[in-house]
Amino acid sequence: MSILSTIKMFKKTLHAFTTALKGLSLTFRHLFAARTARKELDIKQEDYFQLQEGVTTIQYPKQAIPIPEVARYQLDVEIDDCIVCDLCAKACPVDCISIESIKATEAIGKTSDGSVKRLYAANFEIDMAKCMYCGLCTVVCPTECITMTDKYDRSFPQLSELVYQFAEMSEAEIAEKRAALERAQAEKEAAKRKA
Amino acid sequence: MEFYIIYILVAVLLFGFLAGFTLFAVYAERKIAGFVQDRLGPMETGKFGSLQTIADILKLLQKEFISPAQADKILFAAAPVLVFVAVYLGFAAMPWGPDLIPAALNLGLFYIIAIISVEAIGVLMAGWGSNNKFALLGALRSVAQLVSYEIPAGLALISVVMITQTLDMQEVTLHQGILSDQRQLFLGLWDVQAIGGFLAWNVFQAPHLILAYVVYFIASLAECNRAPFDIPEAESELVSGYHTEYGGLRFAFFFLAEYCLMFLVSMIGVVLFLGGWNTPLPNIGAWKLAVWTTGMGWGIFWVLTKTLVIVGVQILIRWTLPRLRVDQLMSLCWKVLTPLAFLCMAISGIWRILVMA
Repeated sequence: MSILSTIKMFKKTLHAFTTALKGLSLTFRHLFAARTARKELDIKQEDYFQLQEGVTTIQYPKQAIPIPEVARYQLDVEIDDCIVCDLCAKACPVDCISIESIKATEAIGKTSDGSVKRLYAANFEIDMAKCMYCGLCTVVCPTECITMTDKYDRSFPQLSELVYQFAEMSEAEIAEKRAALERAQAEKEAAKRKA
Repeated sequence: MEFYIIYILVAVLLFGFLAGFTLFAVYAERKIAGFVQDRLGPMETGKFGSLQTIADILKLLQKEFISPAQADKILFAAAPVLVFVAVYLGFAAMPWGPDLIPAALNLGLFYIIAIISVEAIGVLMAGWGSNNKFALLGALRSVAQLVSYEIPAGLALISVVMITQTLDMQEVTLHQGILSDQRQLFLGLWDVQAIGGFLAWNVFQAPHLILAYVVYFIASLAECNRAPFDIPEAESELVSGYHTEYGGLRFAFFFLAEYCLMFLVSMIGVVLFLGGWNTPLPNIGAWKLAVWTTGMGWGIFWVLTKTLVIVGVQILIRWTLPRLRVDQLMSLCWKVLTPLAFLCMAISGIWRILVMA
């Protein structure tokens, strides 16, 4: 081995040591910075990017990141305010909302914003497994009864449990309303024939 | 009859200590890994995850023994035991305090190096016996690495032995503190026999031993299969190397052996270079710090503290440096560490003749 290559080897060795020490000092600093947690969890805060020191782990069920007010998470329907217009089901790009309506013989009542309800919601389900969280259904709703909530961590052992049921009518009620509608239609038909 | 009971008691005590250390070290490893990466590490089991490793070992103990259909059953079953026993026996000659040593062999260091080498056979048995290509490749790499790195490690240790002129671990330790009746020269110039403390440690008695210690430390990392020399386990390439096919208690033994070896090599380094059970505090005038902090309890405390600090550095290195390639590993060993170790040995000889004569 010539002298030149020996010097080169020593230089390389020294370089390896200095770079290793550099890395070790970096990890050592982080080791001690771990005494504190990250101070700011909300990205909306001005100094969010200045407060990045410390542990970044968020111990989720005990701790959570603040979510924006307009966050689009799980859907919820206030069925008392629903006029069963089916607009949301039509707007849905993935067809995750299925609605079945029964015409009422007369106005049932009014929603909280004053719209007249003329349809019963026999069935109102949203399949959250299919939902793509676009929020189009909430835009088209005339009474604003379908909304996106701030709930995002609902998980179930069965896929079928992700189909949320919002209609509140029992089987008996549905049958009764159907019968009433049929009766009314038959009467109307009879009245028409008479005339 | 009575001394048999003492023998067994010592063995059980050592095993208990090693098992406890392993549980602690695995926890420390995971916590340090977490902190270095700005994570928290285990947090759910017990306060700050302190019961995590106990839960882990309980899980491993309950697991079934599975051996692959095509495996060599005898080699497969014997390998983890052999690997652990090789490391465990190394502790027989390690000094823990003044007059506190399981077996005061006058060939102590030689015995320890020899018995650690047996581990290579266990690793090869595991790799071959598993009848798995990843295990075999891992074992091949591991044995190549163990055999290669024993040379710089051994040479670095020999350069200490040339200074101390003894292989007895207790004698080596004794020469580095105030309990010795021999002359101790700080940097070969200043007699510090009555002062003691860190000034009398081997690395300061002969400063070239600092280089020897660095060489030994790097080689010892490779001998434990620790990162950055963990190519035998290289999880991204070899699943998990020679213990791919192992599970349950057998895997636990490999794990135990790995962490015990970490402790053992750190302790060898501490005993030979960093004063063993001697206190780092020197006597300063009327403050007889070295005298006050020398004794049986203090001895155990110091050797444990120093060793744990070195183990901590090993863990920190694992989570800092990237893994070396096989050829880089070999060229580091043969082209850098071995020449440096030879250099240390040569300087030791010169030092012995010119300075210590």
